[in-house]
Amino acid sequence: MAASSGQTAVDTAVPAAATTRGRRKAGALRTRLRRDWQLLLLTLPALALLLVFHYVPTLGNVIAFQDYSTVDGILGSPWVGFGNFVYLLGDPAFWHAARNTLTITAFQLVFYFPVPIALAILLNSVLRPRLRALIQNVVYLPHFFSWVLVVTVFQDMLGGAGLLAQELDKHGFEGFDLATQPKTFLLLVTAQSVWKDAGWGMIIFLAALSTIDPNLYEASAVDGASRWRRMWHITLPGLRPVIILLLILRLGDALNVGFEQFLIQRSAVGADAAEVIDTYVYWLGLQTADYSIGAAASLFKGVIGLTLILISNKIAHRLGEQGIYQRS
Amino acid sequence: MTTITRSRLRPTWDDEPSIAGKLTKAVGLVIMVLVVVFPIYVVVLTSISSGKAINEAGGLVMIPDGFSFQAYAEVLGGGVVVKALLVSIGVTAVGTAISLSVTAMAAYGLSRPGSFLHRPLLFAVLATFLFGPGIIPSYLLVNSLGLIDSYWSLILPGAISAFNLVVLRSFFMGIPGEVIESAKIEGASDFLIFRKIVLPLSKAALAVIGLFYAVSYWNAFFNAMLYLNDSAKWPLQLVLRTYVLDGAPMQTASGTVDASSLGLAAVPVTSVRMAVLVLAMIPVAAIYPFVQRHFIKGVIVGAVKG
Repeated sequence: MAASSGQTAVDTAVPAAATTRGRRKAGALRTRLRRDWQLLLLTLPALALLLVFHYVPTLGNVIAFQDYSTVDGILGSPWVGFGNFVYLLGDPAFWHAARNTLTITAFQLVFYFPVPIALAILLNSVLRPRLRALIQNVVYLPHFFSWVLVVTVFQDMLGGAGLLAQELDKHGFEGFDLATQPKTFLLLVTAQSVWKDAGWGMIIFLAALSTIDPNLYEASAVDGASRWRRMWHITLPGLRPVIILLLILRLGDALNVGFEQFLIQRSAVGADAAEVIDTYVYWLGLQTADYSIGAAASLFKGVIGLTLILISNKIAHRLGEQGIYQRS
Repeated sequence: MTTITRSRLRPTWDDEPSIAGKLTKAVGLVIMVLVVVFPIYVVVLTSISSGKAINEAGGLVMIPDGFSFQAYAEVLGGGVVVKALLVSIGVTAVGTAISLSVTAMAAYGLSRPGSFLHRPLLFAVLATFLFGPGIIPSYLLVNSLGLIDSYWSLILPGAISAFNLVVLRSFFMGIPGEVIESAKIEGASDFLIFRKIVLPLSKAALAVIGLFYAVSYWNAFFNAMLYLNDSAKWPLQLVLRTYVLDGAPMQTASGTVDASSLGLAAVPVTSVRMAVLVLAMIPVAAIYPFVQRHFIKGVIVGAVKG
């Protein structure tokens, strides 16, 4: 109120002097700036951090089009056009990493994605609030552990000197090291993802379940629908919008598999199984100091990822869902 | 508070499930909890077991047989773990303080509808969702700013999470506009409103966002690996990776412990490794119970509206 009255005071004062629309507009801007400068000042530190540590390095991706050398810097290094990309597309190791990334995404889509949904439905059927809260809090917990910790715990359970091998050994079987098997690596990382994040991923489905109208259940129960039919015809359709939304988001995220998770285990299982685009960028770009090629690979991934996000958002809007960002 | 009986919990139209159904459900829930709890239990138990118990179990301990805090004394008596703990605590405390205050300020600054420039600025924040700068340009930037081997390199590059900012902003927007308007009429500035009205009303959301930031600093591994060449400055996660996961020889109070040789003679090493693992878990597990009850209120509300 105080603000708008301030504005009208100036608005009535200005027209007498202002002859053009432009000057009046400038005056209004100045008024708004005077009114809101404190809000702008509060926003400033965050924007400064984003500018320096997000926007500036994003521009730094131009080295993908250069033969970058640390001595000459971005300004002094020679431009090579799309040379780095051409090199990249001819590098079998890059294609190997890309194929691995997509395989892992596809595998996790089938074997990870449904787990939180199933857990949410299971937990939703627990009637006693205390018990429910207890279980919920226990399964959320691993989400807050770091990848190093999760991988270490898995190694201690399933690794060569781990609990499983130890128990097998005790009963006269040959123990084996599941933590270093390239063949089962896909299963291992999916199990790690489930352990760490399935409980947390459940939250959003629990929220969706709580919005389903209980009258629907009552009506169908009165009509004689069995427990399973109620789940099939009410619960799952109730979750449909969330499931679709998350599937779409997953598409936009297809090239981002857990970076740390793979980096940490790369040496144990070997690059053959554990190399993804991110680790490829890391090893090529920073370990062998091939900055330009690494930046090109990461830019390539970024552009495809961004395209996938925009496409999936388009699909989301077409399906009448909210999508990733709302048009407001 | 009246105690709720089971019959009142189950709606009258819903018939009792069959015994088999109940059993399946119970087994499912027990497995779900055990899968999470069992590994943690084994790790914690092994870390407080005596060398004798570990010897008898042949490695990790599942059934307690005498306790010993020898491993913790060993690890906390000095050496690389203590240093790493201090670094992790320091970085987490300073980083969380910076992140939370900067995020809260910006979230309020962008939360007043119709304020000057708030749309383009909000867009600038949201745009960071869509693309990441990539590790190589980030590394080169941190390098050229001279932050390599500085603890600031663990804090500043990831100080703002656009997601957290958006969640907090939508929480602030849920505060009734009348409260803020009336304070304005009383002549309060935006600074004052932010400090005296908005922040006190948002404790739940601030606690959750604070936990998210704290956890991300505590767990940060990659930034440290990338930007800290000097192993004397390593935070706990890097120590965990290098000495516990990869099994490099570790310096502790009584000398070097070689974690790679896991033969019988070196069995106490197992408890030392487990002790480090537990130390990495403790802070998260300790704060978590106090914040988890705000999860739904603080996050789902914000995320759904945002």
